[in-house]
Amino acid sequence: MIQHLTSLPVLLPMLAGVILLMPPCGKNVDIRRKVSVIMSLVTFAVCVSLLLHVDQTGIQVYAIGNWQAPFGIVLVADQLSALLVSLTALLCFVCSLYSCAGDDEKGSFFHPLLHFLVMGVNGAFLTGDAFNLFVFFEILLIASYALLMHGGDKHNTRASLQYVILNLVGSSVFLIALGILYGVLGTLNMADMAYKITFLQGDDVYLAKIGGLLLLVVFALKGALLPLHLWLPNTYATALPVVAALFAIMTKVGVYSMMRVYTLVFGDQAGELSHMAQEWLWWLALATIIMGGIGVLASQDLRKLSANLVVVSVGTLVALVAVQSVNSSAAAIYYLVHSTLVSAALFLIADLIGKQRGKVGDRITAGRPVSQPMLLGIFFAIAAITVIGMPPLSGFIGKVWILKSTLESSHTYWFWGVYLLVSLAALVSVSKAGSTVFWHHTGKADTHSAENVHPAQIVAVLVLITCAPLMVIFAGSLTDYALSAANSLHDFSSMTNAVLKGAK
Amino acid sequence: MELLYASCVGLLVACGVFLILRARTFPVVLGLTMLSYAVNLFLFASGRLTLNKAAVLGYSSDYADPLPQALVLTAIVIGFAMTAFVVILAIRGRSDLGNDHVNGIVPEKKGKA
Repeated sequence: MIQHLTSLPVLLPMLAGVILLMPPCGKNVDIRRKVSVIMSLVTFAVCVSLLLHVDQTGIQVYAIGNWQAPFGIVLVADQLSALLVSLTALLCFVCSLYSCAGDDEKGSFFHPLLHFLVMGVNGAFLTGDAFNLFVFFEILLIASYALLMHGGDKHNTRASLQYVILNLVGSSVFLIALGILYGVLGTLNMADMAYKITFLQGDDVYLAKIGGLLLLVVFALKGALLPLHLWLPNTYATALPVVAALFAIMTKVGVYSMMRVYTLVFGDQAGELSHMAQEWLWWLALATIIMGGIGVLASQDLRKLSANLVVVSVGTLVALVAVQSVNSSAAAIYYLVHSTLVSAALFLIADLIGKQRGKVGDRITAGRPVSQPMLLGIFFAIAAITVIGMPPLSGFIGKVWILKSTLESSHTYWFWGVYLLVSLAALVSVSKAGSTVFWHHTGKADTHSAENVHPAQIVAVLVLITCAPLMVIFAGSLTDYALSAANSLHDFSSMTNAVLKGAK
Repeated sequence: MELLYASCVGLLVACGVFLILRARTFPVVLGLTMLSYAVNLFLFASGRLTLNKAAVLGYSSDYADPLPQALVLTAIVIGFAMTAFVVILAIRGRSDLGNDHVNGIVPEKKGKA
């Protein structure tokens, strides 16, 4: 059983999706909700046990159908992917719980799609094969297209049309990149690619470079890096907030793929090709942070604000990836977990606030006061402090670590200046948003017709925001974990040895 | 053969990109389809172009690379599903937004009487 553990984070969500489509879940809402929440809990438990297992015994390689790498497809769970898989499963649990308050009935098939999306995301985190990565990207994309339309209106259709077209073009570019890399390297197994790339000579080097940079375009599109980030604010702001919260993990898939490809395949060992994307990534990341900061200042409603904060966090993460040191990768891992949780929390809180303010919704203007100011105010305050990066919550630790780890880079002061300025912008606009929404009122709170927050929603948001203090309390062990995950990410030989044992 | 093949792929990509930039959903869908044809052909070529070679090991001393064929098959299936989805979405967009522009608003024509 234990050797199949690596495949379960992909299989369980698929099973959940299928079960949820069949009777008795298909017809009965109550049973469907219960099964969905329970299955997401089971997935989470399995993911956490995989994480513990990987932490104790090292990299797990699962050859699907027992076809050994590099000929078969392998799933590889190292510390980084195990952590991200657990994060995804946690987010899945939170979103399925939150949607039980009524969001899931605004359209069809919310719960199955949720689990299929998680299957795609988990698969993308676990796979050790570049073509398989493409397949899992498509799985998560098709689920995300459908989720994006869930309970949607006109604006939603427009945003999803653009999102779908953009991603289809992205998929084509992905395939072209894979074709080039396969033509040059003769393999698509990532560890094997990393090994073979050391032997490239002559014109093949340039071909591989073209392939690698085309991959960068794709990952930049998925991760919403400037200039391919324009889809993100609109898409996230028009989607149902619970869907947007789930999408918080999707930009991270792009960032994760960048980490994998540019530290493993085009890493230190790749000779002329090593760290070829670094220069590009660094400046693009800085520009993304700036654009995100401008977006944060200009946001008119809470969801747009959260979406632009996602752009800022992507820029920060990519800058850390571009530094390509163990320390910066570790900081990126810590920050990635923190930013995913807090952006999901912000989307959910924006939804709760919007529902209680009647026509004004979540726009940042004076309006009807919320009917539960105490509860929502505390939620918002915690999430805001976390996202801005003020002590004592997790954002602060992440920020300090980021600043410290970029010291080694050559353009540190550019990064520090930009990053700190944008943090200030986030501070200003998040606090402005909070004070406007909670303190500037016109009229009275509507205590009768406005719906109170559903207990399931409270639990869901609580789970997300308690992670912020928890990430501070257990910061010691978490940073150790992040450091060892980053070490194994940068350790080219242990990865190739684990995947290709006996094949070389 | 290589030149013909490569120019075919190039032409398809050029047409695809041109159509995608038209900003009306129908040409965009056509462009996406063309682009995916081009991609499929390109993937085929990544296993090198060969004539009269067995795709199965053991039947002849030199063989064609079977993997690109598997990749193309996967890409075709996925591309087909995605095209079906985008067609439906385009129809929904047409009925929701009242026009077939990807931005939902038809820009005013400039410079024409």
